[in-house]
Amino acid sequence: MNPLPLVAVAGSPNAGKSALFNALTGARQKVGNYPGVTVERKSGRLMLADGRPVEMVDLPGAYSLEPASPDEAVTRDVLFGRQKGERAPDALMIVVDASNLDNHLRFALQLIELGLPTIVALNMVDLAKRDGLELDPRRLESELGVPVIETVAVRRRGIPELQAALDDMLSAPRCGMHERAPSELIQLQRRARDIAKAAVVHESPVRRWTHRLDSVLLQPVAGPMILAAILFVMFQAVFAWSEIPVGWIESGMALLGQAAGDIIPQGLARSLIVDGVIGGVGAVVVFLPQILILFFFILLLEASGYMVRAAFLMDKLMHGAGLSGRAFIPLLSSFACAVPGIMATRTIDNPKDRLTTILVAPLMTCSARLPVYTLIIAAFIPDRAIAYGIGLQGLVLFGLYATGVLGALTAALTLRRTITRGGGGAFMMELPKYQMPLLKDVAIGLYQRAMIFLKRAGTIILGTTVLLWALASFPQAKPGQSQVEASIAGKIATGIEVVVKPIGFNHDISLALLPAMAAREVAVSAIATVYSIDASDEEAATAPLADRLRGRWSLATALAFLAWFVFAPQCISTIAVTRRETNGWKWPLFMVSYLFALAYIAAGATYWTAVALGL
Amino acid sequence: MNAHFQPESVSLDLLKVGTRATVVGIDWSSLEESEANRLKHFGFDEGVTVEPLHLGPFGRDPLAIRVGRMTVAIRKNHARAVRVVPAS
Repeated sequence: MNPLPLVAVAGSPNAGKSALFNALTGARQKVGNYPGVTVERKSGRLMLADGRPVEMVDLPGAYSLEPASPDEAVTRDVLFGRQKGERAPDALMIVVDASNLDNHLRFALQLIELGLPTIVALNMVDLAKRDGLELDPRRLESELGVPVIETVAVRRRGIPELQAALDDMLSAPRCGMHERAPSELIQLQRRARDIAKAAVVHESPVRRWTHRLDSVLLQPVAGPMILAAILFVMFQAVFAWSEIPVGWIESGMALLGQAAGDIIPQGLARSLIVDGVIGGVGAVVVFLPQILILFFFILLLEASGYMVRAAFLMDKLMHGAGLSGRAFIPLLSSFACAVPGIMATRTIDNPKDRLTTILVAPLMTCSARLPVYTLIIAAFIPDRAIAYGIGLQGLVLFGLYATGVLGALTAALTLRRTITRGGGGAFMMELPKYQMPLLKDVAIGLYQRAMIFLKRAGTIILGTTVLLWALASFPQAKPGQSQVEASIAGKIATGIEVVVKPIGFNHDISLALLPAMAAREVAVSAIATVYSIDASDEEAATAPLADRLRGRWSLATALAFLAWFVFAPQCISTIAVTRRETNGWKWPLFMVSYLFALAYIAAGATYWTAVALGL
Repeated sequence: MNAHFQPESVSLDLLKVGTRATVVGIDWSSLEESEANRLKHFGFDEGVTVEPLHLGPFGRDPLAIRVGRMTVAIRKNHARAVRVVPAS
């Protein structure tokens, strides 16, 4: 059987390509990675009027066939039939922004030169009109020598016409690709300008919306303040809105665990299903509300055109740490959770910048560390004010956050000068027109993020949580013996203890470190278990737990434990997402090693300083 | 490059916000290949009109520049490669 005809959708960034792709293929898209690179491959299916299916692939946005980013290299390789994981396309659909023809026609000309059957979607004609630009599509058609269809993707205008043109194109007999010497970039650009000029019938000068908005949003004083306000709302929402769905998920998982517990007889199988599978999946799914809320905002900011402005405002500061302005939002998101933060680094063009951002993201203090911090601070730091309105406990908490940020910036600078050196470190971006985001496109984007997280990260996380469960459950304890102590995990803890004793950690902490890998906040319940406190009622358990800790840990040990948690990569989800986003085990392993090394040094330094001070 | 000897030409990073200017030369050799490609993608070319629209809030870096119908952001060190003659 012949494969479906493959149509590649290509165009410059900000041509409205994805909106057009969504309009043509609907929500049923396949999202994955091209093999060997972390460039997203999106494909979907389109039915022609007579019911014939066509496969469409949404190529990464590119300015030309001379790549300046990994995305553009993939686009070029697909078009030349050289990309692994993709067959050569049978036809091309080029998307151009009607109000930016001078620029977008350059890539269009280059693509038409390839000689494949081609149609051009003259997109966003409504916005061009709003800008006072009147175009002659027929003139454009004769200049380019291929069919030109006017579209407004976000309003689904011109879609039937586009489908009809696709039908004609695919029905026509095919001729092979031209083997012509490619034209030089600058020459193409000059021709593009001439054609654009010829296609403009009339242009009336209007003060554009985008410029008016930019004069406020990029204003040196107001701009950063507005950005801060937007981010404030965003983070409020991440915490406030996620509380209720997180509660649902937690009680849902508890119900599920209970139901499973009732059905499955007491024993290992029940423990595996209830503690291993349901507990493990629950620990992962609990992240989903925060991820969705955060990405809802990120997608809105991205689709409206504001994201690039935020990067513009923050670029200089991020440049100081060897990163680009694009790293700002992912790093900030990592305060909520490093998992969506790392997923958000896809917007960073430069591979070295992106890798550095991924590697330092876990140093931003995520919300899962908070329960650990609060427990230890409540137990060991006296609740007294050092100045009016400044409590010692709050100051310590602030110090932990600040240490994380400073650690991240220092690590970024160091990495950028050693392991991830080079690669320019450029910040060259188009500031696109502001646009009203289309809810349907945002919804499709959200759905795709959720699936990526659940499917890809979920499988690895489930595997490791089951492994951790096994380590903690075998061999089974004899009566009167603690299960944790008797298990392999307990034996490992004894091994770990040898290593962590010099930095002031006792046996209890060693026992808590391994289960805390599943999720940092588990450290709290793990310690609680060690002290055989009924942790089912958390609120009641916290107070006595704090008391007991005080009796068994020295202050130096407690401080060392806090310092450890600032740096330690105590989170399987983060490691799993790093593996996915860097396409292999090399970088997650590097990340884990350097973070553990930092944690060890920080905890050791804290412990011995505290001991020397007589604490 | 002889553009540098045009007495009235300045580098783009020194142009005041709101001043239109014509590009008279670009020192491609001072840029990495991908950076040079990106500048070409943005439409930088001799004879093109450019205008700085905004400066970054910290250290007046990066610059938002209008090129043709597009607005692009580049850092000062890259803007330095572009020689322009301000419109009188």
